[in-house]
Amino acid sequence: MSAIATPARQSTGGISARTVNRIVIYGLLALFALFYLMPLFVMLVTSFKTMDEIQNGNMLALPQAPTFAPWIRAWSEVCSGLTCVGMKGYFWNSIKMVVPAVIISTLLGALNGYVLTKWRFRGATLVFGLMLFACFIPFQSVLLPMATILGSLGRFGVKLQNATGFTFGFGNPTVNLVFVHVVYGIGFTTLFFRNYYEAFPNELVKAAQIDGASFFQIFRRIMLPNSLPIIVVTVIYQFTNIWNDFLFASAYAGSGDVMPMTVALNNVVNTSTGVVEYNVNMAAAMIAALPTLLVYVLAGRYFVRGLMAGAVKG
Amino acid sequence: MSIVAETSITLTPEHDARPGASVRSRLQDALPKLVLAPSFAATIVFVYGFILWTIYLSFTNSKTFPSYAITGPRAYQRLWRWTFESDPPSSWYTSITNMGIFGFLYISICLALGLFLAILLDQKIRGEGMLRPIYLYPMALSFIVTGVAWKWFLDPGLGLEQTLHQWGWTSFHFDWIKNKDFVIYTVVIAGVWQASGFIMAMFLAGLRGIDGEILKAAQIDGATTFQLYRRIVIPLLRPIFLSALIVLAHLAIKSYDLVVALTSGGPGGSAWLPSNFMYEYTFKRNEMAVGSASAVIMLMTITAIIVPYLYSELREKPR
Repeated sequence: MSAIATPARQSTGGISARTVNRIVIYGLLALFALFYLMPLFVMLVTSFKTMDEIQNGNMLALPQAPTFAPWIRAWSEVCSGLTCVGMKGYFWNSIKMVVPAVIISTLLGALNGYVLTKWRFRGATLVFGLMLFACFIPFQSVLLPMATILGSLGRFGVKLQNATGFTFGFGNPTVNLVFVHVVYGIGFTTLFFRNYYEAFPNELVKAAQIDGASFFQIFRRIMLPNSLPIIVVTVIYQFTNIWNDFLFASAYAGSGDVMPMTVALNNVVNTSTGVVEYNVNMAAAMIAALPTLLVYVLAGRYFVRGLMAGAVKG
Repeated sequence: MSIVAETSITLTPEHDARPGASVRSRLQDALPKLVLAPSFAATIVFVYGFILWTIYLSFTNSKTFPSYAITGPRAYQRLWRWTFESDPPSSWYTSITNMGIFGFLYISICLALGLFLAILLDQKIRGEGMLRPIYLYPMALSFIVTGVAWKWFLDPGLGLEQTLHQWGWTSFHFDWIKNKDFVIYTVVIAGVWQASGFIMAMFLAGLRGIDGEILKAAQIDGATTFQLYRRIVIPLLRPIFLSALIVLAHLAIKSYDLVVALTSGGPGGSAWLPSNFMYEYTFKRNEMAVGSASAVIMLMTITAIIVPYLYSELREKPR
């Protein structure tokens, strides 16, 4: 513990000085808590108000007559552009994209981390360095070529469709996004697992090998059962990142009924036909925020560890 | 990054090295590399190959569709000319000036606020367990949600200004989000709101890692609290500063979503960052070559920051 106690010599005539000190500290902390809570609070109360109350009332006031109507409208009726079918479809789009992308990228990351730490070969650091750098590139620098490739995959899908009656997922925007998120996510997942496995005793692996365990047996029987914390961290990190992604989503699934949640939300908020229903917009924003917030509330500790692992090396 | 496996036990079974080893055992030998290969190949193709592709495109005359005839550095010449076109400002001039303002303020305020909150929280605070998650939760939200929330909060007719008017402070005026000269500062506010709690958590972890004995010794020597932080604690946090700086620089150069959701680009594109410039020019204005050139410039900027950092992290430390 490094907490620095207030110097002792203040104690002469100083109980009050110390008290003032504490009051200032707690006051500041509370003030900042307000700063961080305010937008969420406003969003939440607004989403339960009627439009009448929003136009005539105070932003910070609690709803006089709380109503779930904006949430219901946001879920099943709200307009994104000209289609008015609510957020539910887009919500499922996001789920369908996030779940496979998280599973695949986590699994690949685990395997890569295992190879990079326990089966070191010449050039392993270079390989890892190249993969790691990929985490940091601005995705704008790959956006356009990827769009071109996905476009030709889509045309290939049409050909397949004509030939066999089935596209095999080629050209499906959800499949495309899963692919993109896996490709640009493995850098991070590899980093997480590599740093975790680095501290994993080599002796265990060696012993298992002498006992005749194969590459995959060691991975399945020894590494994986001991990886629960890092799996949780990685899954949360990937889930949050992919769910919240906007750039890839808007570039590769930016319109129509294939949009993921973030793009749909942005469209809903910027749809300016008729009266802007702020309460519905806020409810839609809350729906978009809920999955990641829920993860944060349930597993905040792992969430922080993931962020840190993404930032600070092992 | 301390390479823990420095005593690197080579797990490759020796018999495989024999020339006459069976195909099966040689396959077994290559297995680890085979497992790694798809990920590595994907990185080479979809990251480095695509970067080269983008660089190539930036030297062509591509408009709506890619064209593959090299026409020289025209796109860069245009960007270069626009860099100095400040009256009226070109979109590129606006974007890079905004990047400078946003990057500087966002990074320095996040660092300062993060450190400040971490120091406050480190004063044996009751209820720390409750405060920490409150400071940190915005990091779980997407930029889009953050943008929507702050757009509402900063809207002069609906949010803060309206509220204060109702409370009787009728002269209060805050319309930055609609003002082309100030809209970029609203992006700073929302960005700081989102990331500063996380920076706080990084600093707090650093503070908790400091050896209490050093501090006690300094206190016995009569150091004031301020001196203690200034001379001992903050210098000890240097590695955290570096990591936080990298994270923030990385977030700053990528903050495309926040500008879109919060300002829709601002009045006349006045809130654009280079990432918005790239997107607009590539996909909306059919100037693919210019868009690619701007992406290359972004990439080079971030490379200049990240590569030295990664290099120092990955270098095998001399023992």
